[in-house]
Amino acid sequence: MAAETPVEYIKHHLQNLTYGKLPAGYERADGTVVEEATWTMARTGQEAMDMGFMAVHVDTMGWSIAMGLLFLGLFRFVAKKATTDTPSGLQNFVEMTIEFIQNVVRDVFHGKNPIIAPLALTMFVWIFLMNSLKLIPVDYIPSIAHAMGLEYFKIVPTTDPNGTFGIALGVFLLILFYSFKVKGPVGFAKELSFTPFNHWSLVPFNLILEILALIIKPISLALRLFGNMYAGEVVFILIALLPLWIQWTLNVPWAIFHILVVTLQAFIFTTLAVVYLSAAHEDH
Amino acid sequence: MNINLTLIGQSIAFAIFVWFCVKYVWPPITEAMAARQKKIADGLSAADRASLDLELAQEKASKELQKAKEESAALIDQANKRAAQIVEASKDDARKEGEKIIEQAKAEIQQERVQAREALRAEVAVIAIAGAEKILESSVDAKAHSEMLDKLAAEL
Repeated sequence: MAAETPVEYIKHHLQNLTYGKLPAGYERADGTVVEEATWTMARTGQEAMDMGFMAVHVDTMGWSIAMGLLFLGLFRFVAKKATTDTPSGLQNFVEMTIEFIQNVVRDVFHGKNPIIAPLALTMFVWIFLMNSLKLIPVDYIPSIAHAMGLEYFKIVPTTDPNGTFGIALGVFLLILFYSFKVKGPVGFAKELSFTPFNHWSLVPFNLILEILALIIKPISLALRLFGNMYAGEVVFILIALLPLWIQWTLNVPWAIFHILVVTLQAFIFTTLAVVYLSAAHEDH
Repeated sequence: MNINLTLIGQSIAFAIFVWFCVKYVWPPITEAMAARQKKIADGLSAADRASLDLELAQEKASKELQKAKEESAALIDQANKRAAQIVEASKDDARKEGEKIIEQAKAEIQQERVQAREALRAEVAVIAIAGAEKILESSVDAKAHSEMLDKLAAEL
């Protein structure tokens, strides 16, 4: 990729592999014109942008599903062989993770819901694995993909806002579901209308405030994770632009630092999601 | 950086992963953990109980030993006493037996003496009559004088 300018290199690395629908009469990057609306792989960032909402980031989906399957496969493997006698090394590791999540949920979540703990486990391990992909040097996988004929390839799903917003959307739906279920439609509406100021004249103000607070929850979850991961990724790409002999002096400390960031962001996402769900379960 | 269908896809993947985890991953592992916890707790309490049992058993054993010692001492004591009694009793018996034998012997002697005296008496009477015959040179009618002679003999 020596021919590229630094800006192109960075842009290239931050572009997802997009499969989407191009509208009829669209002029592609190489000058050809699409006769009808077609589903195809985007060849440039502009093309990907013009596909609009009807597009899928193949790399994000692929890697996130791969990481999810890795998590479930590993844990299911252990669950099948789970013994009450002295556990093996792998079972020990899995139990340690589960115990950690159990403690977090016990501390933070005050309702009674058997779904919350496994939900937190899924979020934590899945996000952790997706974040961890970023510790793979930035050019390895894209180069392999390039050799296979794929123009763009971004392997860390959490540096794609779709990835983080997708999970946050799931959490948001759960918050709404449990708010309705535990408090009832009337109770939920009451809570939105009469907090924080318990007076009828302030109902509209309360409503705006509370609905905003509700919507902010998933957005803050998603943006925090995305922002941290994206910024880290950009720094990795910038370091990769430096001369080869100096790269390691920055790359190694940054990667070591990211071992912390990767775990911490997964933990923060999980804990905050559980906190929000706990609030949804509180009936006043 | 575009928001697109990936968002929905990611949500669906998330939902499926959570469902799978809730159904197939979480329960078996946590159950195994809880079972092990219970097993360890049971083991510890069993160990506690066992050590308590051991203590009790030791106490009981030492008590039994003490009791056995006391019993055996009592038995020995009793046996000694009984032996002394037997010795005493046999001594007594022996003395009595001896006395009885002596008594018997004395009685026999007495009897023999009486018999001898009777015999002598009879003989003396005969001798006296014979002597008197010799003296009188005539026969004495033994029958006629027997009464007198018997009287004489009885005075002897």
